Amino acid sequence: MFNPLKNTNRTMTPLALFVVAIIVLLSASPVLAEYADVVLNRHAEAEGVRPVIYPHWFHRIRFRCKVCHHELGFQMKVGSNDITMAAILDGKFCGMCHNDETAWGLEHCHRCHSGLPGLKTGIRGDNKAGGPGDY
Amino acid sequence: MAIRSKKTQWVENKLLLFVLLWIAGSVCCFVPAANAKDVFANDGLHDPQGPSFNELQRPDAAFAGFPVDSVGNKVRWVQALRDGIITPRTNIVPDTTIKILDMDLILGNTGDNAYVRFPHRAHTEWLDCANCHPDPFKEKFGTSGIKMGAILEGKFCGKCHGAVAFPLTECARCHSVKPDTFRGKFGVQPVEKH
Ligand code: HEC
Ligand code: HEC
Ligand code: HEC
Ligand code: HEC
Ligand code: HEC
Ligand code: HEC
Repeated sequence: MFNPLKNTNRTMTPLALFVVAIIVLLSASPVLAEYADVVLNRHAEAEGVRPVIYPHWFHRIRFRCKVCHHELGFQMKVGSNDITMAAILDGKFCGMCHNDETAWGLEHCHRCHSGLPGLKTGIRGDNKAGGPGDY
Repeated sequence: MAIRSKKTQWVENKLLLFVLLWIAGSVCCFVPAANAKDVFANDGLHDPQGPSFNELQRPDAAFAGFPVDSVGNKVRWVQALRDGIITPRTNIVPDTTIKILDMDLILGNTGDNAYVRFPHRAHTEWLDCANCHPDPFKEKFGTSGIKMGAILEGKFCGKCHGAVAFPLTECARCHSVKPDTFRGKFGVQPVEKH
């Protein structure tokens, strides 16, 4: 058993350990975007609303991929679906579910338009994943 | 070593013990400590000024009780589905046909690495055949020209792995078949009797 009270041979002073501990704590701290969150901001900010954050993690608890990416026809590539508010209000894309039936309706603008100003369209992840080609 | 008074040594040792306990404590408590903070508050994504900021569910709250992973969403999605912890809908339109295929393939062009076992079942529980066939995979073993370099560029398996499914850093989850113990043939594997 390691007994710090007996260890007279130590090479690290408590001060050095203190510094290391601070560095360890700081480097572990940053909170990052949840893996597979998608930012949609091709029109939103230019039209005066916050960018949209689409959370994969939240939806995949409730729907299998095939519901959106097969049945509802979402292409599996960020930016490849021409998602506009007009199309959504017309019952397409997010509007296929956010219609007060499968999910809450479109009057809750800010649940979708929830992003910080200036976000770029694309998929987000932790330090290990920034999307395909940037694992 | 410099000679130090008993008193200084005692103080030093106590300090050392304190620091060690503190490190251990902060490592063990790191997860709850992170939970105590709002994970959306500075994720570089959500605007805390947004009127619905507080209405949105946080992933750490949603994932409580889910099987834990070390990467991606930190959730073992295949297990969560199999254990019935989540029951995501398979369809919205009532007459959509749900296709599940129980067929493992072993791919052997892996250089010095372990061979790759591709399980159709785990995939088709989430996905439709059309998500993979005919693009990016031809429906005939060994004909799609899969290469690791292309996967890392977001093609083939990398279309999903590294974006939504577990990331490509987890080599051994795909490269899971040890060449020195594998006695079968590459391609479609005989269905295992359970
Ligand atoms: C279910 C999610 C959702 C809801 C609810 C929603 N939007 Fe949108 N909205 C989107 C998406 C997705 C886009 C496309 C984002 C992009 O690529 O810029 C969009 C785009 C827009 C745009 C940009 C112009 C355009 O036509 O694309 C405006 C303006 C807009 N929404 C306003 C609103 C308003 C106002 C409300 C509430 C009445 C609302 N949205 C509710 C998802 C939503
Ligand atoms: C509720 C609908 C929905 C579900 C369920 C869903 N997705 Fe998506 N997915 C989307 C939307 C929306 C986008 C963005 C499309 C765009 O930008 O045009 C997207 C984008 C993607 C992309 C493209 C990423 C990129 O970098 O280009 C991949 C890959 C993907 N999804 C995989 C999956 C997988 C795997 C699952 C199941 C585990 C899944 N999705 C479940 C709606 C969904
Ligand atoms: C397959 C159906 C479906 C589609 C398509 C869909 N959603 Fe949803 N979404 C849901 C359901 C169901 C909920 C949960 C509703 C509830 O809690 O009552 C939800 C909830 C949400 C939430 C709130 C998450 C939270 O923290 O409570 C956001 C944000 C959202 N969706 C955004 C989008 C956007 C943006 C799109 C289009 C790109 C979209 N959704 C497409 C079904 C869908
Ligand atoms: C999502 C699954 C997956 C992951 C994760 C993965 N690989 Fe692969 N890898 C493959 C497949 C599939 C092949 C092609 C096998 C075939 O065609 O027979 C391959 C092939 C290879 C090859 C053979 C040379 C080549 O260019 O195709 C090497 C080497 C390799 N992988 C190394 C790695 C390493 C190292 C990692 C981790 C950083 C990794 N792989 C992660 C699926 C994966
Ligand atoms: C996640 C991707 C994915 C999905 C979803 C998927 N497959 Fe496959 N499938 C593959 C890959 C990878 C191969 C091997 C391709 C190669 O070796 O070139 C394959 C090969 C096949 C083969 C050829 C086997 C042989 O004998 O050569 C058949 C048949 C097949 N798939 C049927 C299906 C059917 C039916 C479904 C839907 C129920 C399906 N697949 C869903 C990835 C997928
Ligand atoms: C269309 C999207 C998609 C493609 C393409 C894809 N996968 Fe997956 N894969 C998934 C999803 C979704 C899961 C569920 C686990 C998760 O989300 O992390 C998964 C899980 C797995 C698992 C874990 C199975 C288990 O039982 O835990 C392996 C192994 C795997 N994939 C290998 C591969 C290989 C090898 C390829 C390429 C030949 C590939 N995948 C291509 C979406 C995909």
